Amino acid sequence: MNIFNILKEVEKVDPEVFDRLDPRREVFKHFGGFGKKLVAAAIPLAFGSMLNKAYGQNTTSIRDVLEFALKLENLEYYFYKRAADTNIFPSAAGKTAFGVIRDHEEDHVNFLRQAITGLGGAAPTTYTDANFDWTAKGLLGNATFTDYGTMLAVAQAFEDTGVRAYKGAAPALISNDTVLQAALQIHSVEARHAAHLRRMRRDMANGVANLKPWITMKDRGGLPPEFQGIYDGEDNISQGGVTITGTFGGITIDANAASEAFDEPLTVAQVNTIVTPFIA
Amino acid sequence: MAKNTPSVPGQDLLQGLSNPLNRRSFLRYTGAGVAASALLLAGCDDDDESTDNMTGGVNLGSGDVGVLNYAYALEQLEAAFYTAVVALPNFNTLFTSAAERQVLTDIRNHEIAHREFFKAAITSAAASQIIPNLTPNLPADALSSRASILATAKTFEDLGVAAYNGAGKLLTNATFLGIAGKIVSVEARHAAEIRDMIENGTFASGPAGITAGNIVDANGLDVALTPAQVLAAAQPFVKEIINGSNLPTT
Repeated sequence: MNIFNILKEVEKVDPEVFDRLDPRREVFKHFGGFGKKLVAAAIPLAFGSMLNKAYGQNTTSIRDVLEFALKLENLEYYFYKRAADTNIFPSAAGKTAFGVIRDHEEDHVNFLRQAITGLGGAAPTTYTDANFDWTAKGLLGNATFTDYGTMLAVAQAFEDTGVRAYKGAAPALISNDTVLQAALQIHSVEARHAAHLRRMRRDMANGVANLKPWITMKDRGGLPPEFQGIYDGEDNISQGGVTITGTFGGITIDANAASEAFDEPLTVAQVNTIVTPFIA
Repeated sequence: MAKNTPSVPGQDLLQGLSNPLNRRSFLRYTGAGVAASALLLAGCDDDDESTDNMTGGVNLGSGDVGVLNYAYALEQLEAAFYTAVVALPNFNTLFTSAAERQVLTDIRNHEIAHREFFKAAITSAAASQIIPNLTPNLPADALSSRASILATAKTFEDLGVAAYNGAGKLLTNATFLGIAGKIVSVEARHAAEIRDMIENGTFASGPAGITAGNIVDANGLDVALTPAQVLAAAQPFVKEIINGSNLPTT
């Protein structure tokens, strides 16, 4: 039994208990100190509980964001679970990398499930491999786990989408420091994955020449045209009213560099459009 | 509408890099190393008019502008480092792969784009509060070999990712938060590529180097550090004392 459980009982009688105890920001400060004393595995559960207390009526939107992320992480996890088990890797390094990424996605799934559980209410959605369509509604046929190039292409598509999805969600979490930071910490791991997948696609036999770890303009890097939505909008060269192109200290930043230097967000609706073919 | 105007801030930084008097021996990120370097730097007060003499250094300020200055300071260091790397007379012999030279040139350009974005954005939002150009203080051997360049790059990139991951929650303006998010994933792409250049497959695995533990923890989370932690690690790389004591903490 910890203080959160005690207060949760109180809250059943007095929903405003936390506001009464403390201004909202103070509650989070206390939680921040408390969190450091918890073992890492307990943090997501505790922060979910915290949310429930501090947010009251607003837990729905936080939960929606977390469930959205959970769906994407499950898609990735079950993809890598199958992929890492195949024997179509031309090198041990590739198989090892897929195992590393699979494990991260599994960690993300577990982390998000615990966080949602901590919110209270309905249990988090459980996914299995059967929830996903690896042919992408027939677009990829049976190549997803039999053709190395296709497998890497799907991986890149998922990672670049994941980066944009978390980025789109982040501002919606601005009112909650703990969840926002966790989302950012997942977000940058997805970006590390994306960079490595792009390197693997560059270096594979008959690979994508000159494919970079970053996204140039809205180039989809040899992915099928059906995946263009993953890259649309990445050609933005103006940020917050500042034009990024120019010459600085004799070095010219052209549109390619300006677009590469900033990844762009996607909305929930845009991400759902991208991943819908993979949902059974 | 603010617009970046051509300027030459990089020149001061490059002069700083090329001045041997500004170089110090490399100090690892042990607590003792950081403390010792802080003392060394404190003993070398700089009378540059651009520094804040009241605190003996550059004060990042408070609120969102303080956080933007914090990011601007880190981007200045990164941009100056890669500018120096790409300008090395022996760049082509240190990096014999055209693909690797392209990677480092791209990263230089991205960091310059980030630096100039913050310069323009802070000038637009609060011109009187922008920090001055900083003077890099690279370890003597930072530019001497492929291995040392990549090791320094890895530190900068992983530290940059951890800094943005920890700073997002300090911002109150959703637009600034959104743009910080656009930058941090590019820094993470840099970090992954630099790590893979050092040893393929280490893009998101192995020791963090900038803090205890691995770069990705048991929850699958990347590192997030507070400004105090980041500035302690970054201070050895910059001549001015950077004061982040007025930055928000939540």
